[in-house]
Amino acid sequence: MADLAVVSSGLTKRFGSQTVVDGVDLAVPTGAVYGFLGPNGSGKTTTLRMLLGLAAADGGTAQVLGHAVPDSLGDALPQIGALVEGPAFYPYLSGAANLARLDAADRSIDPRTRTHRVWTALERVGLTAAAGKKAKAYSLGMKQRLGIAGALLRPRSLLVLDEPTNGLDPQGTREVRALVRSLADDGTTVLVSSHLLAEVEQICSHVGVMSRGRLIAQGTLEEFRAESGRTVRVSTPDLADAEAVLAGLGLVDVHRPDPGTVVATLDDRPVEQVASALVVQGVRLRGFVVSTTSLEDRFVALTGEGFDVAG
Amino acid sequence: MSPAEVRVPGGRLLRSELRLLFRRRRTLALLLALVAIPVLVAVAVEVSSTPPGPGEGPPFLDQVTQSGAFVAAASLVVAVPFFLPVTVAVVAGDAIAGEAGQGTLRYLLLAPAGRTRLLVVKVAAVAAFCFAAPAAMALVGLVVGTALFGFGDAASLSGGILDRWDVVLRVALLAVYIGVAMLGLAAFGLFVSTLTDVPVGAMAATVVLAVAAQILGGLSQLDWLHPWLLTDTWLGFADLLRTPVVWESTLENLRLQAGWVAVFLALAWARLTTKDVLS
Repeated sequence: MADLAVVSSGLTKRFGSQTVVDGVDLAVPTGAVYGFLGPNGSGKTTTLRMLLGLAAADGGTAQVLGHAVPDSLGDALPQIGALVEGPAFYPYLSGAANLARLDAADRSIDPRTRTHRVWTALERVGLTAAAGKKAKAYSLGMKQRLGIAGALLRPRSLLVLDEPTNGLDPQGTREVRALVRSLADDGTTVLVSSHLLAEVEQICSHVGVMSRGRLIAQGTLEEFRAESGRTVRVSTPDLADAEAVLAGLGLVDVHRPDPGTVVATLDDRPVEQVASALVVQGVRLRGFVVSTTSLEDRFVALTGEGFDVAG
Repeated sequence: MSPAEVRVPGGRLLRSELRLLFRRRRTLALLLALVAIPVLVAVAVEVSSTPPGPGEGPPFLDQVTQSGAFVAAASLVVAVPFFLPVTVAVVAGDAIAGEAGQGTLRYLLLAPAGRTRLLVVKVAAVAAFCFAAPAAMALVGLVVGTALFGFGDAASLSGGILDRWDVVLRVALLAVYIGVAMLGLAAFGLFVSTLTDVPVGAMAATVVLAVAAQILGGLSQLDWLHPWLLTDTWLGFADLLRTPVVWESTLENLRLQAGWVAVFLALAWARLTTKDVLS
């Protein structure tokens, strides 16, 4: 399937008796920015490792950029930039020397352009000022940037970014977001795992959710949001009255998430109808908000667990 | 550009590896410690009031004052049982485990370096160190020895006379012999290095093998085992200092080390090409 940059079927990995990746059927369309979500330990990174040939699958098949994993993956890897499980460097080499070392390992590219490409990659992540500094002197955020620079050493068809904003300050996070967008605009397919749902919501066109080793949902961001309806959030001192009115209108899932607040699923009902009903029944309104479900709500609904922000 | 057009003949990863190894401060410290041995040997003999008598001290020490070249020979003998194997163990044990431990192994493989190619490059770099270390000692020994004791002809072990350039040649042969003698241990170290993400563990295991083999080699009850020990030929280089050269022990050294290298490189290859890189 040429329109899929990454596709897997029944991908499975066991460590001893524990199945950490269980029959994953991933489908990342070419040109997509695919947000790969899941709580810690749900098997995201292990899945990425198998797709990149670092770990062998115990079952299932996968193709990356049209090449079977792992047999002909070597032909695809030069077109793949990857950041897996955090950046890693030779602490005693400078940032630029670290990139040059990685570049030397790739024999499919002209070494005469190395200096230029290393510099361009450093420029892209804003590290030119620290290029000559030893990597051990880099802050966590700078290491993360250097790791991303390593993935950008040459034009890539596919970028695999595992928690790319880990350790970055808000400014750096914004820059990475902009970088991913600009790469995607150039036609690069991006497979990005993240624990920052808001982030994924902002940059992704597609989403896949892992839970306990299984891919439990996958689709475009729109499909994802559409599956769960809109909700209405009413702030009022007259909680019981408000609940009665909303229930009376036939709204479902009426509950009080916070003190002084009633929430209900709106679905396709006209908002003005609900608002006027509340007012007519004498419910004193302090706030009235209609929202589409956030990815986070959807995520929690799917996985039934909170998100460990330690990432 | 098609990949074929930009594909420049290999060796770039090897160059990168050699630069990485020989510019690393740790490697330089190891080499510095090794070349301190001939300096110490020469200075010790120089400052002592009476030259060492025949058969006194380590082999060749008594000949140091005849020709400075024997400083190199005497220090190599001193280093072979322990100091040199320790440095080889550090370099070989670190080769793969060091990359795995710091996480750069996965990025090399993603580059993609190719697992077999990476192993070949690591083997070449470790072997380069095996030869570079005794060569550095021999060179410093020659220089320091010549400076302190002059550069004269010397008696060979079989009683003949070696002229001065012949002595230099013999010392060079000695360094090569010892480089070869370290290869079996280096191969073992590389194999252990593929098993773990903790380089210090691989280094320690390699040192333990070197020490244990020499202890076993010292037990006459285990005579039958001795020809198989990788340390069996370590000190068999005296034949290189006879006139004419007796090549028997050199061939024995080559055979033994080739056996150990073949076995452990095959194991290292089998391990590295199948292992899950999870660090």
